[in-house]
Amino acid sequence: MDVFSNTVVLSRMQFALTATFHMLWPVLTTGMAIYLVVLEGLWLRTRNPQYYLHARFWSKLYLLNFGIGVATGLPMEFQFGTNWAPLSEAIGDFFGSVLGFEGTMAFMLEAGFLGIMLFGWERVSPVIHYLATIMVAFGANLSTFWILVANSWLQTPTGGTFENGKFIIASYGEAIFNPFMRNSVMHMFFATLETSLFVIGGISAWYIINKRHTEFFAKSLKIVLAVAIAVAPLQLYIGHLSGEQVYHQQPSKLAAMEAQWETIPAGQPASWSALAIPNDKEGKNNWEISVPNALGYILEFKKDLSEPVQGLNSWKPEDRPHMIGLVYYSFRIMIAIGFFLAGLMALSVLQWLRGKLSAGAIADQKWLMRAWIFAAPLGYIAVESGWIVRCVGRQPWTVYGAIRTADAASNLPPSNVLGSLSIFAVVYSLLFVSALFFGSRIIRQGPNMELPIPEVGPRANIEVKPVEHRPDQRPLETTQSSSQS
Amino acid sequence: MEALEYFLPTVWFVFLALFLFLYVMLDGFDLGVGILSLTASSEERRGILMTSLGNVWDANETWLVIMGGALFGAFPIAYATILSALYIPLVLMLLGLIFRAVAFEFREHAENKLFWNTAFGAGSFIAALGQGFALGSVIQGIRVDEAGHFIGTTWDWLTWQSVVVALTLIQGYVLIGSTYLILKTTGELQKTHYGTARLAAWTTLIGAVLITITVPTFFEQARDRLFSTPQVYIFALIPLLGVLLIYLLLRSLQKEEEVAPFVWTILLFLLTFIGLGMIIFPYIIPTQITIYQGAANPSSLVFMLTFVGVLIPIMLFYNIYNYLVFRGKVTEETYG
Ligand code: HDD
Ligand code: HEM
Ligand code: HEM
Repeated sequence: MDVFSNTVVLSRMQFALTATFHMLWPVLTTGMAIYLVVLEGLWLRTRNPQYYLHARFWSKLYLLNFGIGVATGLPMEFQFGTNWAPLSEAIGDFFGSVLGFEGTMAFMLEAGFLGIMLFGWERVSPVIHYLATIMVAFGANLSTFWILVANSWLQTPTGGTFENGKFIIASYGEAIFNPFMRNSVMHMFFATLETSLFVIGGISAWYIINKRHTEFFAKSLKIVLAVAIAVAPLQLYIGHLSGEQVYHQQPSKLAAMEAQWETIPAGQPASWSALAIPNDKEGKNNWEISVPNALGYILEFKKDLSEPVQGLNSWKPEDRPHMIGLVYYSFRIMIAIGFFLAGLMALSVLQWLRGKLSAGAIADQKWLMRAWIFAAPLGYIAVESGWIVRCVGRQPWTVYGAIRTADAASNLPPSNVLGSLSIFAVVYSLLFVSALFFGSRIIRQGPNMELPIPEVGPRANIEVKPVEHRPDQRPLETTQSSSQS
Repeated sequence: MEALEYFLPTVWFVFLALFLFLYVMLDGFDLGVGILSLTASSEERRGILMTSLGNVWDANETWLVIMGGALFGAFPIAYATILSALYIPLVLMLLGLIFRAVAFEFREHAENKLFWNTAFGAGSFIAALGQGFALGSVIQGIRVDEAGHFIGTTWDWLTWQSVVVALTLIQGYVLIGSTYLILKTTGELQKTHYGTARLAAWTTLIGAVLITITVPTFFEQARDRLFSTPQVYIFALIPLLGVLLIYLLLRSLQKEEEVAPFVWTILLFLLTFIGLGMIIFPYIIPTQITIYQGAANPSSLVFMLTFVGVLIPIMLFYNIYNYLVFRGKVTEETYG
């Protein structure tokens, strides 16, 4: 078939596969790391052993996730050289430095302190241990920062000029703080945090509904909820800002996101397409439900547009994105999930205020707990959809407006890329299934409530310990009875 | 300005060599231990081998990521050309590293450990093999046009020289892996690795001799440079020092010392590196593109230098701290 003899197409498929798969793991690595910092901080402050046991339990999932993140990150970095050699040569001066910073500042920090964080509980003092946990979380989020700097620059390449296709950098500041950078970093940061929160909340809800360690997991659900109150609505607003920046900087992507084929001039109201069947070949939507005037309100919070929305048909077919349906629906799926998660948060807070989430009553909230379990994987879907909008919507450009994807690929024999693509597909499927299998095994085993609690200095002995001992016994009994059932 | 254009690429060449050396030394013993795990006689032993790496393998592997990033930023054309020319060995290496990495996590939770044990050992072996082929064909030279673009074919990397380099690198990894295990283990397990280290020292020596004899035939420029008067003495010193180090290594193994074998092995690696550096300098894509032709523009190099230069001592500091926290013999420590 045609596809299998076209290196550019194969390299794109390989990049899409490896990026989509890699993206699944950093979500928890960065988001859950922050949660672990919160837990350990609470433990050090209150000396309540429950927080310690929480930290130990969630780190098991963290570690499983981390290993796969590292393993799948390596092919990402090397692929720029192997499959996108002309691109690497053209933009390496800047883009390569950014990846270099990511390695030296972020990855090494994470990796250098991970050992202490996971295995060092008995070897270093609690304060040093806490420092290590903070460094891991800081490193992980620093890597989000640098990689989003790199990716945002591909979207809005500023800070220099292209001469004979090679990027000549004039100002590092401008290139790093390119127009997309600030908001994209924020959106990604909140995306990993929000997804992690709902994963932790979903798993906690599963234990609660199964009456295992109910009190223990009611605690984690409430910590999650307390953070989500801020995160879920903020993400909606930041998402709106992301849409705004696309509107101003990448008209062809906006048109794809909205399946808008004809240009809407400035100063006019614009209807918003809620559902449609885009037809790439004929340049129109076969079928559409649209809401009058809504697009103006979505983009600018007012009825009339102040800038035109350029339609897809105003570009030549080779100058605009394809797979409009994919971009269009990915965008809507992301938004729907954003609203669903915010709604779930609001409903749960309401129940909390009404006292329905107390350790004794929470297990009766069957539907709410089911909704949390349902929400656990949704963040991942939103993250993947967001990236599809961002990367597929940028086509046919790799560096928007400057380097076309077709000119960016290495001139490799198609058979090589087909071979590596197939192997990656097989290996990644195996990893995915294994990760789910071992992840659910960790969850089914549940937390180990008998771990010895490390000494945390004199305060623990004098004030808190006697008080803490009794409530600590209860989950222990529940462990034994429930693990038999 | 003139001086800067020579100075900066040279600094970056040295940095890259440093990163690569740290990688080969540190992940070298990880991969060596991995390869040795294929021969471990019991599940319990294999558990100890893997535990000895649990807290360090990730940081060690990260030197490779840093090397990649630094090469990308400092010598974009070399990054592009070398990586695309070495497509097959690098994909091999990546697959090997993927299996090695996930085996650590999955094995911990698996009931049937055999599969993930094999993934760990075989992954380490395949990664080492891929690296060996890549190293071999870089030393040998990559076919490029004047602009530095690859003009060779898919299988250029596979020659008898690169096979020799790959096999020798594997021996070297096994050597440093077994001396690391001497350091980290006790009793029977340690005894076994005195034996493997001795064997590996001999096989590495054979490989090294083969390479030393044949390397100057790899490409002519190196021959001219190495056999001109001042360099020839330094170059001749390297094999002599190498033989001395191997002798010291074998003697320390004979005396069953614990730390010395590891130290001699590291020095041996360092010496090899200096030798290779001398052969390759000033090329970044041997034998066509020099570091001066292939470097990113000076402002990029300065910009990267200010960040990365500051970070190198910091990275070394906390990496050493990590080793200090976990110093001593491996015990049956797990998490959970
Ligand atoms: C949300 C942020 C994010 C995004 C969009 C990406 N990554 Fe990633 N990456 C991480 C966040 C991250 C991380 C959280 O920092 C990981 C996961 C596990 C880890 O150790 O670091 C990681 C691991 C990781 C590693 C292994 C690091 C190591 O050995 O410690 C490499 C080489 C890359 N990534 C490279 C990339 C490239 C080239 C990407 C884009 C094309 C990319 N990542 C997208
Ligand atoms: C932040 C880091 C990222 C960078 C620097 C980046 C950059 C790139 C580059 C260079 C390509 C290949 C050239 C091209 O086809 O335009 C690409 C394509 C692609 N990327 Fe991203 N990407 C990043 C993250 C992601 C993530 C996390 C995902 C998925 C969840 C993703 C999804 C895709 C897809 C689907 C394509 C293929 C698009 C197509 O060919 O139609 N990207 N991206
Ligand atoms: C009302 C809700 C939301 C809106 C309006 C929105 C809007 C957008 C837009 C316009 C983009 C494309 C940016 C670009 O191409 O430059 C984007 C990307 C993205 N979205 Fe959303 N989003 C919303 C909710 C969410 C949620 C809930 C998540 C995940 C939990 C999420 C995750 C992402 C990710 C990971 C990207 C790609 C990376 C980035 O641009 O930072 N989004 N979003």
